[in-house]
Parts: sequence; structure tokens; C-alpha cells
Amino acid sequence: MARLSIEHLRKVYGEFTAVDDCSIDIAEGEFLVLLGPSGCGKTTTLRMVAGFIQPTAGKITIGERDVTNLPPWKRNCGLVFQSYALFPHMTVAENVAFGLEMRKIAPADRAPRVTEALRLVRLTGLDERYPRQLSGGQQQRVALARALAMEPDVLLLDEPLSNLDAKLRQEVRVEIRDLQRKLGLTTIMVTHDQEEALTMADRLVVMEKGKVRQIGTQRELYEKPADRFVAGFIGRSAFLEGEAASGRFRSGGGLDITCKAATSGPATLALRPERLAIGAEAESCANRFPARVEHVSYLGALLDIDVRLTEQDRILLQVPNRQGAAEPKPGDMITIGWAEDAGLVYPREP
Amino acid sequence: MSVARPSLGRLALNGAATLSLGFILMPLFFVVWLAFFRQEIPSFPPEGYSLKWFQAAANNKPFVDGFILSLQVGVLATLIGLVLGVPASLALMRHRIALGPAINTLLLLPLVMPGIVLGTSLYVFQIETEIATGLPVLGSLGGLVAAHSLVVIPWVVKLVTASLAGFDRTIEEAAQNLGAGPWTTFRRVTLPSIRPGLVAGSLFGFVTSFGNLEMSLFLVGPGRTTLPIAILQYLEWKIDPTVAAASVIQIVLIGAAMIVTDRYVKLSRVV
Repeated sequence: MARLSIEHLRKVYGEFTAVDDCSIDIAEGEFLVLLGPSGCGKTTTLRMVAGFIQPTAGKITIGERDVTNLPPWKRNCGLVFQSYALFPHMTVAENVAFGLEMRKIAPADRAPRVTEALRLVRLTGLDERYPRQLSGGQQQRVALARALAMEPDVLLLDEPLSNLDAKLRQEVRVEIRDLQRKLGLTTIMVTHDQEEALTMADRLVVMEKGKVRQIGTQRELYEKPADRFVAGFIGRSAFLEGEAASGRFRSGGGLDITCKAATSGPATLALRPERLAIGAEAESCANRFPARVEHVSYLGALLDIDVRLTEQDRILLQVPNRQGAAEPKPGDMITIGWAEDAGLVYPREP
Repeated sequence: MSVARPSLGRLALNGAATLSLGFILMPLFFVVWLAFFRQEIPSFPPEGYSLKWFQAAANNKPFVDGFILSLQVGVLATLIGLVLGVPASLALMRHRIALGPAINTLLLLPLVMPGIVLGTSLYVFQIETEIATGLPVLGSLGGLVAAHSLVVIPWVVKLVTASLAGFDRTIEEAAQNLGAGPWTTFRRVTLPSIRPGLVAGSLFGFVTSFGNLEMSLFLVGPGRTTLPIAILQYLEWKIDPTVAAASVIQIVLIGAAMIVTDRYVKLSRVV
């Protein structure tokens, strides 16, 4: 295992910049997740690390080795493909042994390593099956075993769970994470599934339109989103548009809000739905406004409430579904409130 | 209780299928039957049955020589067809080539071009080449093999492109990711995946070459005739069942080749 460093990586296709000045450092044994909407450049980045796409500019280093100009077969990155890409004409054992064979390891020495790799992914005894005889989850594990058997410097996972059903996805998620920890694998995973990213990663990289928007832990991304995009992408946020000036924010609908604004001028205020209080609990808040309930979604443990503050200002709040508490109904007038530091202010993006 | 009865449409379809199949198998049936007639002039009903015509065919030197030449030409032409056709299919399927569809059509053209036209043009071409280079082309084994390669290529291209169409290229990337260079990737991953098309293409190419008459007529030289031409020449003088016996041997050999091939590659799936 080795550390991986990506410096000022760029990929341009004609007029289109797929990845723009992307720099990421991944520590030895770290699980890093590239997260972003489709077309954000995360897969392109992963494929550049694997060597399938030649970067326009930038540098990729694995351990001490500059691999930027090496072909895929000289990089020693274990890649698990979204479609698994198992060799259909080879048995499970032959699939797993392929990487070892390519490394000129004697057949006698391959067998124990194949057995070990299959044991790790809990597929012992399926050596002689063909991929078509396996379920989707089993195929996924063979792909993982095949990548692990060759003892790669880094493990790359390209949406590895997207072809599994929801229940299996949960299981495999935990399995991959445990295995990654146990073996101390430096890992990059690409996904567009937030929950997957949040539960598996040590650190996350949020990408959009080819750019890295923010790198950080789950907590950092959620508590201190670097910009409006991240605030909306990681978890949910309600946004109010308006003007910021010296610790105040005036919304488009005329609300005067106390906040910790660092900027002034046209701005967006982001509020996390669960950081808002209603009724009596709102009394002690720095910001208190009357609001009309527009819609209530019953989610069991929680209630999602859409409220309107003014013609232009709408907010989503999430409150615990407490026993005995009166459930607001559409049309009710309620008081909502939030603390001074609950609102995050971002300069309005052009 | 109602008994499931085949509908009228179903009956009509089965009837039509039976008729068509009978129509296709009729010549085959008569050739085989005729090969066992005892009398020299084919007439019905047969006067009796005999195996002597098989012996006559085996002892007929032009037939034996023709068979050997056809075999040589067929095998060589198939090999050349593969060497040219497989890379062509890969290039057509994988890269955006200027005029790609036009080139594809061009490669399939020998299949639809009348043999006489193909033979005449190759005849003229080979004579011109001889005049220009002074090398013996017309009537040589090389000239014949070159021409036959032309009728093999369409089969190879047609069937290999078909098997490439459903091929998932990420398994090639997987191989490279595991440390296989381009050649190893082709040999270990791509080739096994297109093998059905390869085998079927070779088989049909070979059979087409082996049975080719019209084109070959223009290109064979003295003392160098393929089996179909030897049979034709024999028929000009005699119509005894020797020809039928030779045909039966041919049918059995090709049939056996298809059955053996089908064990490894399901022909019904690729054609």
C-alpha cells in the first residue's frame, strides 16, 4: 500500500474541460470517496489514476513513483469496475489468478493467494464456477478478490455497489469497509450515492463541473460547507436569497436576519432543516419569524414541514415527531426560529 | 373439457415450413440416392444398388488431385482471410474510420457479386499483372489462393463484426488493469470472446472456397484444377454416378466439419 498524490490534474476534451486543476492527497490506508453529480469529472479522475485516460496536464504519484505517463498495465492499481468486468470464459479461480499470472508468479504460488483472496470475500469453494453461474453480489466479490489478489498499491472502486439491490448494497458496503480497514488499503471510491459516501469514507471530495469544491470529513462537509453547492449537495439545506451586510442578512422578502456573515452584497443564506425550531422552542432564538405551514410530510420519527415566511421566502424544516406534540397542519400559523450561527452565508454565485 | 388444438395459422406455417425444407433437401436426397445406383445411366427405378461408384471416384485421378488442390486452396485462403479479416473487423468496430460503413460494404461485396463477374475481372487483372511484372500469376496456386481469399474475407468480416458487436470492452480494460499488455489482452481476453465468430467465419469461408466453381473456372491452369471443376469436366463426357459418389463424400466431410464445429461453438447462435 502506498500514498497517492494527484497534483493539478486536468483533462480537456476539445472545448469541454472534464477535470479542472484537481489536487488531492490520499494518505496510506485512507478511504477517500469522490462524490458528485453525474458528469462532475469523478470517474474521469479515477480513470486517469488507473491510466485509461491520459491527463492533459498534471501529475499522479503512487508512493514515490510518478505514474503519470505509465500505461495501465504498469501501474499496479486494483480497479473494481461498475459492471465487474469479469472474464466470462474463465472460472472464478482463473479470474482471480489472472493478475498473479501477469506478474509471472509460479502456478504453485498462485493457488494459495487465490484461495486467500476468495476467503477474504467469503467465496470459498466457488473456485470452479463461471461468472455467469454467480449472482450479482457474488460477481462483485470476485471482482474485488481479483483486484486484491495482486496486492495493488491502491484500490480503485468505480461505483462498485450501483448494480446491487438495496439490501445487498448495505451488506457489501460494510464488507468492503471492513476489508479495507483490515488490509490497510489506500482506496479511492467513486460514487454519486451520498449515503454510501458518508458511511464509507474517511474523507470525501465533492466535485462539480470538473472542479474540486471541497475536501473534508463528513462532519466538516456538513457543518462547514465551503460553498452553496456543497451546502445543497451534502445533506439538505433551505436557501434564502438576499443581501448581506455586517452581520445582517436581508432576504428578498424583507426579513431582517441576524447571522455571522463574512461577505457583503448579493448573497444566499443556507439553513439546515433540523437546526430550525418551532413554537415554544423558537422563543429563545436570535431569529424569530411567523410562518404559514404549507405542507407536512410524516416520516415516522421526523416531520418535514414546508413553511412560507414571505411571498419569496420558503423554508423546509425538520422536527422530531414527539409524542403528544400537536402536529402542525397546512394553513396553520406557527413561529419558527434559529440561532445566529445556524445560517451560513455565501456570496451569490453568478 | 377442451382439447388444445393447433390453430389454422399454426398448421399453415408448419405446412409451409415442411414444404420449404423438402424443397431444400430434395437435391441432396437424390444425389445420395443416385450414388448407390448400379446402372451407369441414371434412370428410374434403379436396377439395383452398388458401392462401386465410390471406388470409381476414389480411383479417379482428376477427382483426387482436384480434392487435394481444393483443400490446399481452401485452407490457405481461409488463413489469409482470417489474417486480413480479423484486424479489419476490429478496426471497423472500434475506431471511427472515415468511410467506415462504405469499407464494410466493400469487404462484403464479393459475397453478392456474381462469380462470373468476379472471375472475369480477376482473370483480366491477373493477366495485366503478369504482363506488368513478368511473374506467372494466372493459373498459379498463388493466384488461385489470392482470389479465394476474396470470397473468404466477407464471411470472416461478417461473423467477427457480429461477435464484436456484443463484446464488453471493459473486460479488456480489466485485463490491462491486472497487468496485461495489449497483445496479451488480445490473446487472453479478446480472442476467446470472439471465437464463435472466428470459427464460424472460417468454416463458412472454407466451404465457400471449397465449392467455388464460377470464379475458379477463369483462374485455374493446365494440370491444376479444383474439385468442382474436375467434376464439371467429367460431366461433359459421362453422367454415370461417379459424380454423385464424389459429391456424397464432399457432403459428408462438410457435414462432419459442421457437426464438430457445432460442438465447440453453437453455429445457430452466431449465424
